[in-house]
Amino acid sequence: MKAIVTVIGKDKPGIIAKVSTCLAENNVNIEDISQTIMQGNFTMIMQCGFENASTSLIEIKGRLVELGEKIGVSIHVQHEDIFNAMHKI
Amino acid sequence: MFSRKEILETIDMVEKEHFDVRTITMGISLLPCIRDDAKTTADLCYDRICKKAEKIVSVAQDLEDEFGVPIINKRVSITPASLLTSSFCGKEVVLAKALDKAAKTVGVDFLGGYSALVQKGMTSYEKSFIESIPEALAVTDRMCSSVNVGSSKAGINMDAVGLMGKIIKQTAELTKDRDGFGCAKLVVFCNAVEDNPFMAGAFHGVGEGETVINVGVSGPGVVHHALKSMKGASVEDIAETIKKTAFKITRTGQLIAKEASKRLSAEFGIVDLSLAPTPVMGDSVAHILEEIGLDSVGGHGTTAALAMLNDAVKKGGVMASSNVGGLSGAFIPVSEDIGMIRAAEKGAITLSKLEAMTCVCSVGIDMVAVPGDTPATTLSGMIADEAAIGMINNKTTAVRVIPVPGKGVGESVEFGGLLGSAPIMAVSPYGCKAFIERGGRMPAPIHSNKN
Repeated sequence: MKAIVTVIGKDKPGIIAKVSTCLAENNVNIEDISQTIMQGNFTMIMQCGFENASTSLIEIKGRLVELGEKIGVSIHVQHEDIFNAMHKI
Repeated sequence: MFSRKEILETIDMVEKEHFDVRTITMGISLLPCIRDDAKTTADLCYDRICKKAEKIVSVAQDLEDEFGVPIINKRVSITPASLLTSSFCGKEVVLAKALDKAAKTVGVDFLGGYSALVQKGMTSYEKSFIESIPEALAVTDRMCSSVNVGSSKAGINMDAVGLMGKIIKQTAELTKDRDGFGCAKLVVFCNAVEDNPFMAGAFHGVGEGETVINVGVSGPGVVHHALKSMKGASVEDIAETIKKTAFKITRTGQLIAKEASKRLSAEFGIVDLSLAPTPVMGDSVAHILEEIGLDSVGGHGTTAALAMLNDAVKKGGVMASSNVGGLSGAFIPVSEDIGMIRAAEKGAITLSKLEAMTCVCSVGIDMVAVPGDTPATTLSGMIADEAAIGMINNKTTAVRVIPVPGKGVGESVEFGGLLGSAPIMAVSPYGCKAFIERGGRMPAPIHSNKN
């Protein structure tokens, strides 16, 4: 199962390092990544494989949201099917 | 991989534009629970609901977490209860209490289906059942009731229309300590549908399967946002944008509905394409109409703008779901839509205009507070008018009206939560007592004979 992890917030050093460390700790594979600064906001979108994840998507989402709060960015984790449903016919 | 724009659009829809799945409603057939005494039937119904809907709340929570789209309400609809109570007339409230208890045990927000379908004729047990509605609504918290009094095929049962005026008054009286709140849980329909996931009118029709998942989507805020950047665009372009937005909203509903039915071992029923507002700012159908170009909802042009909105929502939604059903249209409940509340407060919208609007959208005179001294026959007249619109136009119409005890025009009433608040609106001072007291059955229209 794949999910999209989105990180949005004020740019500062170490965001990618911290988020990818958290994903690696939970054995989540980053399959695609794009990052940019939009209107002064750091915006990173990752497509992640949860096939071999150490625990459930919901639990990992909880850890990422917690991390986001700690480093001051907003982190979303959503099953990719929601984007398939909305944006692909 | 999706484009950045697509991903951020989805996130913004939820974060900034109040996009949500309004309800996952599990329809449960209670026909196997019919026995000849009230207590046994009630106990069996309680057990069956608790067993079937045991996981609905936790599954909805999981889906919300996994897909990142809020699921606001979890609900249950049941077989019209009048079919369950025929052998214990006078004791129907025993069942009502068990249904309410079951709703609380499984943790759903509402349970619908304390209902009777009497569009053509009313049996003695259905009359007894309908007479139990005021007490049933007064002694329960989460149970909703509906009565179908007409259809395009059968005509309008004017005896039932007359009776429902009185039932609404009694319900208001029995819940007068809460400003007639019981009436917010009671709908009178024409052409009621069997797979409606929305309250207060949801019930699980006898033509349905054993356990079915129906999903209602929302999204007035998303449509409103999409139109904000279209200043000066032609109506055709506006309709096109609404269609595209409705498609995206409905696809989400379809995904959630399919996934929920799989996890709850139930059939996937339908996705209801309704645009359902809430009293929150930025989640209003009225504000969409004002964005389209009205000074205020209720003014001239409102019916036309609403007709276009309603039609575009359906066109966009139909392609997005394998099975569309329920009420599927834009809702215009007064108390549940901040734009409608404001329009009613300043007198921009009246009952007459609301009635006109119901000709082109879903669903009817909905969540309208009227003076507590409105005669029962006048309420019946309102029901008859809406039923006639439904019958003639082959559409569902409804009346959910609250005659607020002890209050009059200029005052307002607060129901709280999704039910919102409403200024009390004036009804016509001219009655229709003699018309309603005639009773009988209004014959079905000529176009019902299609065979």
